[in-house]
Parts: sequence; C-alpha cells; structure tokens
Amino acid sequence: MKRRVPLILTAVVGITFVVQFFIPHKPFSGLQNLLTDWVQIIFAFAIWLGALNLMKLSGESLYRRKKRWPYATITIACFVATAVVGLFFSGGSRFQDPGTPFDWIYQNMYNPLSATMFAMLAFYVASASYRAFRARNREATLLLAAGVLVMLGRVPIGDRLTGFLPEGYRLADLADWIMNVPNKAGQRAIMIGIALGIVSTSLRLMLGIERSHLGGRE
Amino acid sequence: MTGRAPKHGRPGAAAVGTTVAGAAVAVAERMLRIDRRWLFAFVTVAVSLPLFFNLQQHVAVTPEARGVRDAVAQLPPGAHVLLACDYDPGSAAELQPMTVTFLKQALSQRLRVIVMGLWPQGPPQADLALEEALRDPAVAALAPRYGIDYINLGFQSGNEVVIQRLGSSIPAVFPRDYRGTPIAQFPIMAGVRDFSSIAYVFNVSAGYPGTVEWVQFAGDRFHAHVGSGTTAVSAPLYYTYYPAQLTGLLGGMKGAAEYEVAAGFTGKAMTYMFSQSLSHIVVVIFILLGNLAFLLTRSRRPQP
Repeated sequence: MKRRVPLILTAVVGITFVVQFFIPHKPFSGLQNLLTDWVQIIFAFAIWLGALNLMKLSGESLYRRKKRWPYATITIACFVATAVVGLFFSGGSRFQDPGTPFDWIYQNMYNPLSATMFAMLAFYVASASYRAFRARNREATLLLAAGVLVMLGRVPIGDRLTGFLPEGYRLADLADWIMNVPNKAGQRAIMIGIALGIVSTSLRLMLGIERSHLGGRE
Repeated sequence: MTGRAPKHGRPGAAAVGTTVAGAAVAVAERMLRIDRRWLFAFVTVAVSLPLFFNLQQHVAVTPEARGVRDAVAQLPPGAHVLLACDYDPGSAAELQPMTVTFLKQALSQRLRVIVMGLWPQGPPQADLALEEALRDPAVAALAPRYGIDYINLGFQSGNEVVIQRLGSSIPAVFPRDYRGTPIAQFPIMAGVRDFSSIAYVFNVSAGYPGTVEWVQFAGDRFHAHVGSGTTAVSAPLYYTYYPAQLTGLLGGMKGAAEYEVAAGFTGKAMTYMFSQSLSHIVVVIFILLGNLAFLLTRSRRPQP
C-alpha cells in the first residue's frame, strides 16, 4: 500500500498531463488546471521544508560543535533576524515595500553579499583557465583555440584588434560563428539526448517500472 | 672591434644558446608554479581600473540582440508584454542592465509591462530596474503609472508549472500583485487572460527555472513570442533556440551592451564593457603565457 498509492498517483497525474497536451479540452483541461494548482501549493510547502531543513542541519551542527559550527551560527542568526524583521517590523504584508527594514536588509546586505559571491567567480575562472587551458593534445588545443577566440571575440577590443580585416573575418565574426555553428550543433545533440532520456524515464515512472524515487530497493 | 666573428665562435654561440634556453625553461617553470594571487591581482586591476574612467567602446550589434530590439519595436502602443525576471542579485551585474533597457524601450513605446518572477529575488530586482527606467528622460516624459502602464505581480512558486498554468489563466496564478492588492483593481490587467493576451515575453534568466522552461512551455506549448537575456555562461545553451524558438538572445554583459546600443538607451552595460575587455585580455595573456611555458618545459616532463 505504501508503494502502491504513490505509484498510482504518479501514473494518473503523468497520464493526465500527457493526454491534456494532445486533447486540451474538458475534462482534461480542468484536471490539468487543478493539478498544476496543487503543484504550486506543494512547491510553496517545499520552500518551508527547505528552510526548516536548513535550520535543523545548522542547529545540529551548532549543538554538536561540528567542524564548521561558526558558519551554522551565522546562518541561524541571519535567518532568524531576517524573518523577525520581515514579519514583525516591516508593516506586515507590505514588508517588501521600499523603505521597510526588510527592504533595507535586502538592498544593503543580501544584494551586495550575493553579488560579491558571484563576482569572486571571475578570479576563479581566471585561475582555472590559466591552469586548465593547456594544449596537451589535439582536442585540448581545439578547445583552447575556441575559448581564446570567443573570449576575445565577445568583447569590443576583439573587434578593434582585427578591425583591419574585412567584415565577416574579424574576431567577433569568428566568435559568432563558433557560437552559432559548432556550439549550436553540439548543444542540440546533447539536448536531443537529454530529451529522449527524459521521455524514457518519464514513461518508466508512469508505468511503475522505475521505482527508485520511492526509496528503498527497486 | 669590427664585429668579425672569432674563429672559435661556434662553440661559444652554442654555449650562449644553451644558457638562454636554460634560462627560458627556468622562467617557464616558475611561470607554471606562479602563485595564483598574482593572477588575482592582475584581474583585480583589469576589472576595477577601467571603472574609474568613463570610456565607451564601439559595440557592434549582433542579429541576436537586434532580434530582441526589433520584436519589441514592432509592437503597437498598448500591447501587453510580460517581463519574467528569473535571477537574483548575484547575476544582476550582467542581467540588470538588460531588464532596465527592456523596461525603457517598452515604456517609452507605451507598451503595458507585466512583471513577474519564478525566482523569489526576481520581483525586487524588477522593482529596482523600474526605479531606474522611470528616471530615464524618454520614459519620464510619458509619466507611466503603476497599475495602468506597468505592474509587478511578484513571485510564484512552482517553476515551469507556473508557466503552464499561465497558459490557461494569468489571474489564477497571480490573483494579487507583488504588494497584495487584487489585480482586478488595476486597469492594466483588464482583459488579460492567458498568453494569447501577451504580445511578447521577455525572460531574463540566470538558470533554472528560466529560458529553457519559457521556450518549452510559453513558446512551444502556447505559441507565445519569447525573447531571452541570460548570463554569458549559460548563453551557449540557448543559442540552440535562436532564431526559431527565441526571437532574440542577449548573452551576458556584451549582449546587454548590444541591446543598449540597438535600443538607443546607453546604460551601465556599455560603461562596463571596457572593464570586461581588459579582464578578458588579461586572462587570454595568462592562458597564452601558460601554454608557452607548458611547451618550453614539455621535454622535461615524463611522457605518459
């Protein structure tokens, strides 16, 4: 029963969505609307679940004084402070309005900290490119050449460097060609492969052949 | 002293050659072991120094960026456009200029802009972009009003399922706006049912859910016209959809700068292009030096 009910639910919902795609009329359209509304509600609860799980793991880390417990302390403190400020000191349901304390936290703390984390990628990308982009063999040399051409062709200075060449042969044109021809072909092949994989996995799920998502052995 | 070579010049030249080659290899070995903090220092200078100079570079507009501009430009005044902000402050440096320019172009054309987000941080980013767009003289002259010319519907959980539901009813997904006011109170939402009421969808995406989902559900399923602005790192994936499933594609800050040039609203992306140019040059120089060092020292390494 514990496994049969989820299997039946998966099959019914999956088949409903598939049928609705081909017959977008009643009763399937109504069923699809109902199910998508349910999905949104489940997603909203999943956000709560994620937040509570974060608190649980951080709390455990702090309680047991695990290796990185100071970070867990900061996580809990920031979470609680932001939630309290948003819920009780920012005008109730209008907590997102400009000028509220919650908005201040978002603009002056979350925003710059988040941007800083992402900006650090530039340094790691630079360091990784220096160490990894090596002409070790033919394939690596091709990757290296494509990488350098795209890197130069995607900035205006690339156009400047090859401005003396006729249009169509400049670095920017080369970079565009790389993105539009070899890149596009490769990406499409990957995407078609992924799509076929998704179709087969979905079919296995709907027919109850694939059961690993239920936990335990198949 | 006339520069004639000595009779025993050959062995001397060989010795000098060997010494120079040895020194070059030694330098190359040091290059390969360079402390990465040197690299960080060079990148810091390359990124930050140009920000102090207001140097504008010539940016050539690619067909992908022109596609977004043209798709918006051909819409009649009063048409509804949907701006989906699916990103967070982390990628705002690349994506915020696109959002701002899109808003400037749409509002200056008297289009009605409906903003939403599948990422919780999207709507506040859109609010910031709206603030900036409304300050532009071309937009300010038309004095667009909230609820009539533009609206922020906020965030809705559910990822691609939300897009699917928008295809059957937009008011069912967003019964209230970002600040909790029922959308029935806003004239901009009068007559807006589903994607058939939306003339153009512009998705600004930093990942999942984002452009892939908008193309697959809004575009392919409900035949909406979709354009996209994405981070540079994810742009290669989305080229597969252009031009059949995406009317236009803006990739990273370069894409944002191209869109600014095409739409005629020079903004932050153009200002940052010099910084990006220099940083790319620094990285390319280091890659080339690294490879030169690698080739010079190759003979000394054990072959696999």
